Amino acid sequence: MRKGEITKVSGPLVVAKGMKGSKMYDVVRVSEERLVGEIIGLSADTASIQVYEETSGIGPGEPVYITDEPLIVELGPGLIESIFDGIQRPLDIIRDQTGDRIARGVEIPALERDIKWAFKPLVKKDDKVCGGDIIGEVKETALVLHKIMIPHNVAGKIKSIKQGEYLITDTVCELETKDGIVQLTLMQRWPVRLPRPYKKRLAPSLILSTGQRVIDMFFPIAKGGTACCPGPFGTGKTVIQHQLAKWADAEIIVYIGCGERGNEMTDVLMEFPALKDPRSGESLMKRTVLIANTSNMPVAAREASVYTGITIAEYYRDMGYSVAVMADSTSRWAEAMREISGRLEEMPGEEGYPAYLSAKVSSFYERAGRIDVVGKPSREGALSVIGAVSPPGGDLSDPVVQATLRVVKVFWSLEDRLAYQRHFPAISWLNSYSLYIDDVSEELNTVIAKDFTDLSKEAMRLLEQEAELQEIVRLIGVDALSPEDRLILEGARSIREDFLHQNAFHEVDTYASLNKQYKMLAACLYNYNKAKEALSRGVAFDDIVKMKVREKISRMRYLSESELSSIDKLQDEITKEFQKLLNIGSDVVDDTPVKEKEKESTTGKEESGKEAEKKPVKKTRRSRRKK
Amino acid sequence: MIKEYSSIIQVSGPLLLVEGVEGAKYEELVEIYTGTGEKKRGRVLEVDRDKALIQIFEGSAGIDVRDCHVRFVGRTLHIGVSSDMLGRVFDGLGRPKDDGPEIIPEVMLDVNGAPINPTARNYPNEFIQTGISSIDGINTLVRGQKLPIFSGSGLPHNRVAAQIVRQSKVLGGAEEFAIVFGAMGITFEEANFFIQDFTKSGALERVVLFLNLADDPAIERVSTPRVAFTVAEYLAFEKGLHILVVLSDMTNYAEALREISAARKEIPGRRGYPGYLYTDLASVYERSGRIKGKKGSITLIPILTMPEDDKTHPIPDLTGYITEGQVILSRSLYRKKITPPIDVQQSLSRLKDKGIGKGKTREDHADLFNQLIACYARGKEAAELSVILGEAALSDLDRIFLKFSNQFEERYISQSEDEDRTIEQTLDLGWELLRMVPRVEMKRIRDEYLQRYYDEAE
Repeated sequence: MRKGEITKVSGPLVVAKGMKGSKMYDVVRVSEERLVGEIIGLSADTASIQVYEETSGIGPGEPVYITDEPLIVELGPGLIESIFDGIQRPLDIIRDQTGDRIARGVEIPALERDIKWAFKPLVKKDDKVCGGDIIGEVKETALVLHKIMIPHNVAGKIKSIKQGEYLITDTVCELETKDGIVQLTLMQRWPVRLPRPYKKRLAPSLILSTGQRVIDMFFPIAKGGTACCPGPFGTGKTVIQHQLAKWADAEIIVYIGCGERGNEMTDVLMEFPALKDPRSGESLMKRTVLIANTSNMPVAAREASVYTGITIAEYYRDMGYSVAVMADSTSRWAEAMREISGRLEEMPGEEGYPAYLSAKVSSFYERAGRIDVVGKPSREGALSVIGAVSPPGGDLSDPVVQATLRVVKVFWSLEDRLAYQRHFPAISWLNSYSLYIDDVSEELNTVIAKDFTDLSKEAMRLLEQEAELQEIVRLIGVDALSPEDRLILEGARSIREDFLHQNAFHEVDTYASLNKQYKMLAACLYNYNKAKEALSRGVAFDDIVKMKVREKISRMRYLSESELSSIDKLQDEITKEFQKLLNIGSDVVDDTPVKEKEKESTTGKEESGKEAEKKPVKKTRRSRRKK
Repeated sequence: MIKEYSSIIQVSGPLLLVEGVEGAKYEELVEIYTGTGEKKRGRVLEVDRDKALIQIFEGSAGIDVRDCHVRFVGRTLHIGVSSDMLGRVFDGLGRPKDDGPEIIPEVMLDVNGAPINPTARNYPNEFIQTGISSIDGINTLVRGQKLPIFSGSGLPHNRVAAQIVRQSKVLGGAEEFAIVFGAMGITFEEANFFIQDFTKSGALERVVLFLNLADDPAIERVSTPRVAFTVAEYLAFEKGLHILVVLSDMTNYAEALREISAARKEIPGRRGYPGYLYTDLASVYERSGRIKGKKGSITLIPILTMPEDDKTHPIPDLTGYITEGQVILSRSLYRKKITPPIDVQQSLSRLKDKGIGKGKTREDHADLFNQLIACYARGKEAAELSVILGEAALSDLDRIFLKFSNQFEERYISQSEDEDRTIEQTLDLGWELLRMVPRVEMKRIRDEYLQRYYDEAE
């Protein structure tokens, strides 16, 4: 093995001479302790190396072993339910071998070598195959059928293919290629910095439902989309990432804990196995891969961890799955870049970050997408990326936030003002946006309800009106508002408190299906529209505010998915209570209530949007009669 | 064999550059002998070919380029630890400072420690009763958590910390916490306040004190929390003790770090602090926690004073991103004579959800504190309005919330320094206050709890 010699050590950066012939991003082993490093700069025969492990005790004169190989990950059965560090070393096995603390220079293969997997071939002898084709499958977990694919650089004719139980290193298929026989195992390798190829990119059009009301209803993310949630500390970035990892309807979740708290990873490790997927009833861990590089682990490996994570995600995408990657937090990744860049004495860009920051950020997010996969049978895969950003002091002008916002399509703005009121998720409904609303509206309106998006727009209008009115209230007090305006405040408050607020730690409230979300919002708006109507018919504002049914509306969230019909019934109750108010309020008894009830039972539930349109007509009719 | 070098070519601030060095290692410990025979210690920050850059813990006073010589010890900074350290006082680098005998080490440990494997961690979920309602009720502390106190100059953070240390206990457990106290750049008076308090409560023999006071060498401070944690880790994970680590004041620590960074002419991050401040703070804070299969635990309470009470200053900001919540002291509450002046809205404990509830505190705890905060927030909004428009402009409901929030501050947050409330007292007090507010506003509380706790007493 060729080797160089260390000349300089400065934190995670090591400089070595005698490195002629090495390539950029090749992996090296530093010193006799064989610490893993990667070449990030070359000049004449010296190489700058970022070391993925603690470098204390290393000094000039020690050897650097050259491997002539880039940083690669192992892809194959056994990835799911594993927890890896930033360079794909299995942390649970490291613990078994070296104890509670992370030792240096550990060399353990990423995938367990001694597990036998039942391989079922899907092609036969003499079939012609090329890169990306599925040749068989392995049941990896109860939730994941692992497709075994031909590596991207080979093509040929199947000479033999086996069936039965094999280790990942056993040959299961022999391929006749123009360069001779190639033996294929259940496992393949791929360099992390190189995106895996695809045939064609497709526009995202399906919603990645997350079970979080404010997200799905107002700022949805599409399958294959990108989103970010920047916010100051304490606003619940990590809780949102965890909630999405738990409840998003993706088939595979890759969770990257990049430079964050150790206990958060422990939380995931302890909580996920016990949680049930609402769709399949299986444990959530059975679809999850974890990458953990906590804040006290070596800083350079943070930089690698996001690439390791997204490469694994691309691999599952290529099987035809919908994959979601959570990266918490991309700021720590950028800071790792900044630290290495500083040690390399590069000229800094903004805030000391390297000038190539935004290029790196955008090429990372660009690996997301809904695509046509290379290979037979033809299939479609989606890779969604959701990144948390931790700007210093919550300042959105931070270079990492700005670089991220330029590429992502969904922005969930987390605000400390909401967090102080314990309004969680603290996603601001005024500042956030989603550019997928139009892409996913067709699916929502056909599958869930035809006025799904209308409802969402109506609610958003109310919230915007509230914000404007709040300005006035702050100046001249609530008494100065007309009863109609005060009703708008009440309606918006109901949407905020009864719909947007969602308790991640409540066993039922933590997840709401799209159906439940729709029904809840419909009930809130129905109540508001009814109140508006009652007000115009002379009912006192204070009486409306004191209505008993309001308590029931506020408890809709605690209804489980099997009790959703009681939300429908709630609309009848709302109607009844308003009727009572109207009957007390006016001594004129007329025939409209019956008519109205009829109308509601047929159209009211599904078409409260239309209802709102009809109201002005009704109003004029009534006022005419009163005269 | 250990070589000595007298080839110092540059001294600048706390840094020393030596040339012609063979075999120096990164992070290696060095001993520096001045012309007058004084011994100082330092560590290698960078080695480049035959040049070694050394950071001197004691500062560079008395060092000259002619008579000084430098010896490379061949290992990183280690400290000898022993259970006998309980009840003793040390300096910022772990050398005895009291009149007691030298410590006979049971084992020598690297002060930098090694990161805990995330799979080896045990999630902190045992409730610690501090007897302070605004912490127990709203921002619950659990064993193995890191919960800093963000304070400002002139606020009573030391008193709050001392009260927590004095009153902390785990329900049902008889063992008391042992305390590792790391003082960094605080004044003699502040350090003395803690020592007096430990003496008064009889806790002194359970305390290990590391004192780097304001007049001690500033660079030494960079090692103080690491030395303190090395001892804490030994006592917790080898000796099975439950340790409360109190570090005061982290602002001084970060400033020492900035001094070194500036002397190295590194590209500064925000406000002149080095770009790796986050990583550096994490390597300190993340040493707390629990480990599977180990009896002990380390709970960390770092204290830091926010320059100009600014929470977005890099030190509190980066601390908040690493720690599991924060207790923020409020100047406006302190002016209103409400002590401890804990700003319950801005304070947060991220681990509370796992540490409260049935079997830990009481089943209604989670719903209750959510509701209390929501009501308090509305009361504060109403208070803001009434400042501008007068109380008459408020709606009836807003007036109720305003009254609630005042009562909440006076009765719930405010308590005397020696008042040790049980968790039941804290929870019942919360319900008592909530009954001022109409039931329909109890949106965050499950019906069953409302029936049991809200209705029943009526």
